[in-house]
Amino acid sequence: MSFAEIGAFVVGICLLIGAFFALVGSIGLLKFNDSMTRLHAPTKVGTIGVGMLLLASMIYSWVFGEGWSMHELLIMSFLFVTAPISANFMAKVNIHRRACDTPPSPPRDETWSTLNVPEADRDIEETVETPVN
Amino acid sequence: MANALRWLMPHPLLTLILAVVWVLLQNEVSAGMVVFGIILGIIIPMITSAWWPDTPNSFHMGRMISYSVVVLWDILVANVQVAWIVLTKPNSQLRPAWIVVPLDLVQPEAITILAGTITLTPGTVSADLSDEGHSLLVHVLHTDDPDGVRDEIKSRYEARLKEVFV
Repeated sequence: MSFAEIGAFVVGICLLIGAFFALVGSIGLLKFNDSMTRLHAPTKVGTIGVGMLLLASMIYSWVFGEGWSMHELLIMSFLFVTAPISANFMAKVNIHRRACDTPPSPPRDETWSTLNVPEADRDIEETVETPVN
Repeated sequence: MANALRWLMPHPLLTLILAVVWVLLQNEVSAGMVVFGIILGIIIPMITSAWWPDTPNSFHMGRMISYSVVVLWDILVANVQVAWIVLTKPNSQLRPAWIVVPLDLVQPEAITILAGTITLTPGTVSADLSDEGHSLLVHVLHTDDPDGVRDEIKSRYEARLKEVFV
């Protein structure tokens, strides 16, 4: 087998693995019935699914194209930096809207920072909160 | 001389990262690009210095790299485990749980990296920090042993991060 053929196989395998994990992530998003468990599905797609697709792109441009392509590494690192932050924000919204089980209180501090309402706002908080589920 | 260097580059690591990102964006390594990257790496931290009041007093690059390798490996393993849970476990058998991780880390940078690691590892999402930053709230997709997950996070990730920011 020539170098290009091996490259084509490796690119194909990487694409298949990436597509499989993207599919599993989407199935998870549809299947789970609770807003917190649903959050777990996109973190999977964000790591290995996209990672494998980007790896396929890197190998493709190395074997068939214009030499080393480094943009994929940047996409990967930006994704790794931003994905936890968006997941954290969605989790915070869930806690704030009481859309999930109430978390156990922390051992050393008073409460979780999302539930920490300033005293002046506590009466507003009581009236605004409406359970979603 | 040392003072001048510190004035020029208050955050040497940030300077390095910005320069590397610039070169990678250009997709070519030439002297001009490197010099321009370093210029950006000096100017951007200066302009944004109001948002960087503190620097971590020490940072071990080698240990950070070995930590990243451990994390990447765990992401691979955990992905397969979570894919298995998604495809085979019906919702009624799923046992999600909240886990409270008491933190020994104090540096905000270290806590940020720990929270990011927990979220990137499939099966766990870090949801919140306690109001004074002494504990981390983690949501687990499926576990029979919540205390075991907490101990693993503490021994596998937090202990290594303490070595990085020692």
